[in-house]
Amino acid sequence: MITAKNLNEEEFFYGHKACAGCGGSLAVRIALKVLGEKAVAVLPAGCMSAVGFNYPQLCFSNNAIISTFAGTASMMTGVLAGLRARGITDAQVVGFAGDGGTADIGIQALSGAIDRNDDVLYICYDNEAYMNTGIQKSSLTPFGARTTTTPAGNNIRGNIRPKKNVFEIIAAHDIPYAATATVGYLQDYINKVEKASKIRGTKFIHVIAPCPTGWGVKTDETVDVAKEIVDTGLWYLAEYENGEFTLNHKPESFSSVENYLKRQARFRHLTDDDIQAITAGRDSKWEHILKFWNVKK
Amino acid sequence: MSKKFLSGDEAFAYGIRLARPDVISAYPITPQTVVVEKLSDFVEDGSLKSNFIHVESEHSALSCAMGVSAAGARAFTATSSQGLLYMAECLVYASGGRFPIVMMNANRSTALPWNIYGDQRDSLALLDSGWIQSYAQDGQEALDMALMSYYIAEHKKVQTPFMVNLDGFVLTHTYEVVDVPEQAQADEFLPSFETENKFDFESPKNLAFSAGPETNTFFKVKEHLGLLNASAVISEAEERFAKIFGRKYSGLTENYKTEDADYIILTLGSVSGLIRQAVDELRDEGLKAGLVRIRYMRPFPVSEISAAVKNAKALAVLEKDVSFGAEGTVYTNVNSALKKNALEIPSKNFIGGLGGKDISLREIKDIFLKLKDVSEGQKLSDVNFLGVDVKGE
Repeated sequence: MITAKNLNEEEFFYGHKACAGCGGSLAVRIALKVLGEKAVAVLPAGCMSAVGFNYPQLCFSNNAIISTFAGTASMMTGVLAGLRARGITDAQVVGFAGDGGTADIGIQALSGAIDRNDDVLYICYDNEAYMNTGIQKSSLTPFGARTTTTPAGNNIRGNIRPKKNVFEIIAAHDIPYAATATVGYLQDYINKVEKASKIRGTKFIHVIAPCPTGWGVKTDETVDVAKEIVDTGLWYLAEYENGEFTLNHKPESFSSVENYLKRQARFRHLTDDDIQAITAGRDSKWEHILKFWNVKK
Repeated sequence: MSKKFLSGDEAFAYGIRLARPDVISAYPITPQTVVVEKLSDFVEDGSLKSNFIHVESEHSALSCAMGVSAAGARAFTATSSQGLLYMAECLVYASGGRFPIVMMNANRSTALPWNIYGDQRDSLALLDSGWIQSYAQDGQEALDMALMSYYIAEHKKVQTPFMVNLDGFVLTHTYEVVDVPEQAQADEFLPSFETENKFDFESPKNLAFSAGPETNTFFKVKEHLGLLNASAVISEAEERFAKIFGRKYSGLTENYKTEDADYIILTLGSVSGLIRQAVDELRDEGLKAGLVRIRYMRPFPVSEISAAVKNAKALAVLEKDVSFGAEGTVYTNVNSALKKNALEIPSKNFIGGLGGKDISLREIKDIFLKLKDVSEGQKLSDVNFLGVDVKGE
C-alpha cells in the first residue's frame, strides 16, 4: 500500500506554471507518483496542459501528450493500442482532464472508451468551472456558484443548474471501476489511484481539486476546503465496482454547509433560502446513498 | 500478383492490408463504409494482423490514430464528407504534431442541402490543413496509393499525414479488374514504421506541446518544409514502386497529349478518364486538346503544371467544388502557378459535378470548344457552372 511515507520521491510533474495552491496540479502530481515512470499521460486543453506543456518548458518527466479538447479518451485508446502493437504491455495510460473536458466536450469519447472497455485510467480533476479560460460555467459547476458566465446579480443568482452527476453516469456504463475522491483526503485518493492501476479495463476517478482563483479562497486553503466539501456532505467518497456502489467514508455528523459556502467568494451572494435549498439537496442525496449503496464502516 | 474484380473502396482496402497498419480506427460514413467493412473482414479472417478499433465518431477516429502514431505504431482511418469536416480539428492537429497517419477520404458533397454523392468540396475545403492530398483516378491507382502513401508519409524528410481521395461512388463503388500484389512484394517496398516522434521509456517525451509567439513560426516552417519535401519523396517512392511492381506513376501530375496541345483541361480524379476520351475524339476532328490530371493538390505541382501548359493557347480548370464568394479552389491554385512562371495564358474555371451530378462527354467537349473561342478573342466569364442557368441578381 502506498502512503505518504513511501510515496515515490521522484517528481514526474515538476516546474510547471500552475497558480499557487492549485488543486489540479496536486491531483496530477500525486497520481503520477503512485503510477510511476511507466505512466503515459494524456491531457486535453485545460489548466494542466496550459501550465505544463509550453515549449521548451515541458514539465512531465513521464511520456505525456496533449490531446484535442474533446479527444482525451479517444487518444488514450490510440496510445494504448499503439503501445500494445509495439509489445509494451506494462505501461499505464492515464488521462487527466478537467470538469469541462470530461463532463462537457469530452464525454462522448469517454463514453466510447468505456464502451470498448479500453484498459486505461481516466482521472477527472474537477475544479467546478472552466478555470483555464477564466472561470466560466461547466456542467460540473455546482448550483449557486458565481462564474464569469453565470454572474450573480439582481436577475441571475449565479449558476441555476445542479452539478451533473458524472460519477453515476460513468457507473451506468457498468465500468469495471469508478471512484470519487478529493485532494482533501489524499490517502483515500492515493488508495483509489493505486487500486485502479491494478484493475484491467477502463477506470475512472473523479477527484475534487479546488481552484483558489476560481473559488475565491486563500492559496493555503485548498486542502482544507477540499476536506470540508466532504465533511459537509456536499461531496462524498465512493466507489463503483462489480455493479455496486460503496460509500467509503460516512461523516458522523455533517459540518456546516453555510460555513463551507460563505468562505468562498463564488458563493458569497447566496441567500439563506439558497443555502437551505443546497442543504436540502444534500440531505436527499444522502438519503438515497444510505438506502441504496453499501456503506463502509 | 493476382487479378481481382474490385470496387475502388475494396481495392483501397487491399492496398491497406498490404501496408499492414498496426491499428485501424474506424467510424462508418457513406460512401467510405466498404473500406472499413472489408478491413474488418481481413482482420476477422486473419489475413490482416491489426487491431480494429470501433470508435464513436470521426473526431475520435483521428484522435485515436494520433495516439497510435505517438506510441510509435502505424495507423489507418477513413472518412468522407461531413465526417471529414467533423474531424477537421484533428486534421490540423495531426499535421502540426507530424503524425504520419494515412486516411482515405471518399470524396462526397457537404451539407446543406444533404447529399451523399460525390463532389470534392470536402477535401478541398481542408486543403490548408497541412496534409498531403492525392486524388486517385481508378481502382488500380487507389490500391497503389494506399501502399505508396505510407512510404511517403512516414519518410523522415516528410513526417506528414496523407489523405488519399477517391471520388464517391464513381470510384468507390465502381468495379474493375485490379492487380493485387503479393504481400512479399509489398513488404519489400514498404519498410516497417519508424519515427523519432514517439514515446520513449528510456528518455520520456512530451509530445503535442504548446509553442508561443517566439517559437511557433519555427515549427510551422518545419511543417511546411515537410510537405515541400514530399515532392522528391513521391518521385523516389514511384521509382521504387515501378521497380518492384512494374507500374509507373508520373509524380504530382499526369499529362495526356499536352506536348503540342493548344487547349488543355486541368482536373482532379476520376473524371480524367472521360476527358481523355474527349481529347482523343477532338484530336480526330483536328482540335489539339490535352489533359493535365493533378494527382496531388498538396504539395501543389507549381512547376509541373507550368511546364505542361506553357505552350497552350487557353486553359480550363474543371473541378467539383466552390470556394464560395470566390471561385473553384483548384482554379485559384492553378492561376497562382501560372503567375509564378509568368505565363499569360487565358484560363477559365468550369465547376461541375456538384452533389454527384454527372459530367457528360458533350460538356467536356464544349469546354474545349469554348477554350478555342476564348483564344480567338471571345469573351467568357471566369467562373462557369456546368448544367445550370442561374443568373446573378
